[in-house]
Amino acid sequence: MNLLLKNISLPVADFCIEVDVELQSQVTAIFGPSGAGKTSLLDLIAGLRRPASAFIQLDNRVLTDTAQKTLVPPRLREMGYVPQDLALFPHLSVRQNLLYGRKSETRAGPLFSLGHITDVLEIQPLAGRRVTELSGGEKQRVALARALLTSPRLLLLDEPLRSLDEALKAKIIPYLQRVRGEFQLPMLYVTHDRQEVLALCDEVLELKRGRITKRTRATAQDWPIINSEPIGNWTPQ
Amino acid sequence: MTAEEWQIVWFTAWVSALSTLLILPLGLAVAWLLARRDWPGKSLVQTVVMMPLVMPPVATGLILLKLFGRRGPLGRLLHDTLDLNIIFTWRGVLVALGVMSFPLLVLSARIAFEQVNPRFEQVARTLGAGEARVFFTITLPLAWRGILGGMTLAFARALGEFGATIMVAGNIAGQTSTLSLSIYQHVQLGQDPQAYRLLGVSVALAFLAVWTSECLLLRRPSR
Repeated sequence: MNLLLKNISLPVADFCIEVDVELQSQVTAIFGPSGAGKTSLLDLIAGLRRPASAFIQLDNRVLTDTAQKTLVPPRLREMGYVPQDLALFPHLSVRQNLLYGRKSETRAGPLFSLGHITDVLEIQPLAGRRVTELSGGEKQRVALARALLTSPRLLLLDEPLRSLDEALKAKIIPYLQRVRGEFQLPMLYVTHDRQEVLALCDEVLELKRGRITKRTRATAQDWPIINSEPIGNWTPQ
Repeated sequence: MTAEEWQIVWFTAWVSALSTLLILPLGLAVAWLLARRDWPGKSLVQTVVMMPLVMPPVATGLILLKLFGRRGPLGRLLHDTLDLNIIFTWRGVLVALGVMSFPLLVLSARIAFEQVNPRFEQVARTLGAGEARVFFTITLPLAWRGILGGMTLAFARALGEFGATIMVAGNIAGQTSTLSLSIYQHVQLGQDPQAYRLLGVSVALAFLAVWTSECLLLRRPSR
């Protein structure tokens, strides 16, 4: 994957997100405290926000170019998006949620087929239920499966484990690792949890008030804790 | 109740229902634009849409009379192209009821659309849905209670409409006579029993409509 974010300028709240970076890792974490602009940056990449200026290119495809007035709409960007609040459609069943953006089997191929994805994420028994009946962990997996079923070229995950307690996080992380290994999809993973970064990501960008303040490999050695306050204390199972 | 009174009740009910259905597409479109988009002239359009709610109904009726009269721009066009007359016909009742209940429909539908979490629509777009699909599969299903509540309110408003109707359609027995106009006429003529019978029906219909609207609006969509 090659994701080029150039001349990004997006006013948010009381500051401006300004990013100029090229990403090539499989899983890149965007790490930072609440209010740093992480979700806004992800929304921008997904085409859900209009920037003051931006050039966004995924592989050889220009998605946003404010200079040329190019703005590919979200539905054509081929990005799977799992927002913070999951946004499972409450009026649809689990199955209807899953199938909402699904491409046909011939276009999607066997890797992104309904059977394969529900198998990997172990959600087959949930198909007939209402989303309002699901537990937090189940909702998480269904939201992930829904995004994967669009056969995306890039997966955007916005703090996918934020609303889960530590025990549940420890259960879901392996599913994310399985998705990473099984689908080989490039991912942008937004989080403020260091442990998630170390467990899932190849590279980490630290974002503070809209600016990237650090870029390094996502290992404990290359990315040591600077202050004494730990973020996240779950134990991988 | 006499046969003539039942005819008045039936006429009022069906023309109110028909006017509500006819204003629905435009009402939903305007409500959605006001709820979901920013554009030049938005507050002006919003103000104009709400005007019939605050203006004296006879004033609105007078404007409609001038527009749809034989010499009015719309009246002349309809007469010349379709041989249609609006003033002092049941079509005039339809127009008056539609215009007077339009603001209530738009107001309710707008609130219903605003209560739909925009995140659902955004996610639907990332899942490949175009705007039409987002509207019909996400926005509308999540807003349907509020919209139905608004339609019921609009219907109730149409049932009780008087001022604009009498200006545009008059009170022609068997043709344009509605519940409100008939009650007024009976009172003017000192025919209290007839007036009270129609009043009872009017109150019952209005109560049913508003109560239904309240029940629908009490349950909100998920955010």
